[in-house]
Amino acid sequence: MRWLLGKDLLVLKRSPLLVALLVLYPLLLALLLGLALSRGPEKPRVAFFNQVPSNAEEISVGGDSFDASKYADEFFKSIDPVRVSSREEAFAKVRSGDVLGALIVPPDITTKLEGGVESPTVEVFYNAEDPVKARYVQDTIKSRVQDANLALTRRFTDTALEYLDLIATGGRFSFLGRDFNVLGLQRSEEVLRAARRRLPASSPLRLELDKVIGFTRLARENLDLSDEVLGIVGAPIRVKTTVVRGGGTPLTTFAVAVVTTLSLMLVSLLLAAGALAHEREENAFRRLVRSLVRPEALLAEKILLGALVGTLLALLLLAGLALFVDLDAGRAPWWVVALVPAATAFAAAGVAVGAAAREVRAASLVAIMVGLPLALLALVPSGAVSGTLYDLTRAVSAVFPFRPALAALEAALRDGGEGLAGPVAHLLGLTLGFGVLARIALKRFA
Amino acid sequence: MARVRTVSADPVLEASGLVKRFGSRVALAGVSLTATAGELTGIVGPNGAGKTTLLSILAGDERADEGSLSRVPREVGWVPQQAAVYSKLSVAENLRLFARLERVPDVEGAVERMLDQTGLGDRADDQLGRLSGGNRQRVNVAVGLLANPAVLLLDEPTASLDPRQRERLWEFVTGLAEAGTAVVYTTHNVLEVERYAGTVVVLADGELLFAGSPADLQREVAGPAADFESAFVSFLHARGH
Repeated sequence: MRWLLGKDLLVLKRSPLLVALLVLYPLLLALLLGLALSRGPEKPRVAFFNQVPSNAEEISVGGDSFDASKYADEFFKSIDPVRVSSREEAFAKVRSGDVLGALIVPPDITTKLEGGVESPTVEVFYNAEDPVKARYVQDTIKSRVQDANLALTRRFTDTALEYLDLIATGGRFSFLGRDFNVLGLQRSEEVLRAARRRLPASSPLRLELDKVIGFTRLARENLDLSDEVLGIVGAPIRVKTTVVRGGGTPLTTFAVAVVTTLSLMLVSLLLAAGALAHEREENAFRRLVRSLVRPEALLAEKILLGALVGTLLALLLLAGLALFVDLDAGRAPWWVVALVPAATAFAAAGVAVGAAAREVRAASLVAIMVGLPLALLALVPSGAVSGTLYDLTRAVSAVFPFRPALAALEAALRDGGEGLAGPVAHLLGLTLGFGVLARIALKRFA
Repeated sequence: MARVRTVSADPVLEASGLVKRFGSRVALAGVSLTATAGELTGIVGPNGAGKTTLLSILAGDERADEGSLSRVPREVGWVPQQAAVYSKLSVAENLRLFARLERVPDVEGAVERMLDQTGLGDRADDQLGRLSGGNRQRVNVAVGLLANPAVLLLDEPTASLDPRQRERLWEFVTGLAEAGTAVVYTTHNVLEVERYAGTVVVLADGELLFAGSPADLQREVAGPAADFESAFVSFLHARGH
């Protein structure tokens, strides 16, 4: 087998055009798909007019100060800001279509926030010529303003809770440079109880004091609940996120996994299919299997060739992607654990295609025509189609290595070894299945 | 005319009562054949006679439904009609690869021997794809000879060659027979049988019609025959083909 493997590698080495196509085409295709997957909607251009003086960007609440400009920085992650110097300029840019929207921040926003009496108002203008982008601008601005509101509410709530705690338990309080000693409900109750004890048992004042003591106790106990109540006011609805299916892979990692799996599929599938069909085109197949090599060994050699070259190229691709994307190189051994069975399964599918198609051109065409739709089918997310159709897509993509290969690589990139066993077992089963199909197809190969 | 008439009494390949059916069609109907060392045996017949099927069974490429063979495929050198070599490999690399697959003990020695026999020593490093059809066919034959088999089977070896290339190939093949190899070949060209075969085997519709020398075949035909080809056609007509 090693001599045939060496021969195939030598033939590859002497076919630079074929190698270039075999490497460049999958890379180009994978790159385009990766861009489509990893790039979100383009950031909308939004004019931004900030009227707040630079020396007034700090907000002071309850003795604590924080920088309001950090909320603007968060906001700019979602838009492409075009800073303007006047409200009119912002409005003109929206009208001319230079920007899709404009956000006007009033000069008194920080003072109104500090005062806590009146809510400041920001102004937003939209250009609605492109409904899709207009909706995106609206949603982005609304979402970010809500984020800012929530963050500020938490700040105000914390401050209010400190005041309430002071009322409940008492303590020292500073305001405008002067210190005040607040008695608080707890200590008031203690003072009242002490006064009651000093009164004669028959004094009618005891009954009056009991009413006041009861009130202070009730008020203190209810104020103890105020932190929960104010917490609910600040965020009436909380969101608890639970991943039900899928590993919660970050979008970038998912894109890397898709790109790599697609490249691996094309290389291993095409190479194994083409190499087997090439034996027939060179008329060597009959000479080989007559007495020199068992057909099973020949299939195994082509699978090994596809797996070897595919794995190496996929590793090189991952190493290249790691220069641009945050990939944990410490998990590289797990990448190999995922890539080897994936490449082997793709190569096994390739020899089945090669044995059925019998000619290099036909095998290559069939490999692409079968492989690409099945790969894309495996990427159809739940909810995109009806439940029945989705179940059908999952059933079809389960008999092709792309989906388990993607799952294995995702697990290797994300969690290391965790979650690899299932996809790897799936891939081994597919390798065996396609190997048997290829052996059956070989009976009419020559 | 350089006829080879080296006849030896040693049979190196014996096929007995070979029957091959493809569905209801009988491709070979109890054909027997003996090849002896140093002799060229030419199998000839009209299209669909069963020539290639017979050679494929002798080579072990196909299995007979009935009948027996005296040798296993590994002991028989086989040269398919189309050159079964790799066009991206050089002459020497092809020979080396197949010698290794044949598990020849002295690979480099076998390569050198074949380069010498084929006269392609000066083209050893040329890729097969750059060689002429004749030279490719010589390499094809050389691959069949790497294991030094006692019997060499050639399936229409000159089918795609021009006259000059044919002449050079036959020089090579007759040289092998002179060295003691039993050569069995199929051909459409009756003159190649007359010219080179010691024994001619005539097949038609899967039946063995004749096995003997070309001269014996000519004698079989009643009346005067102008040449061997006319005698062969008359022979077939006389037997309803």
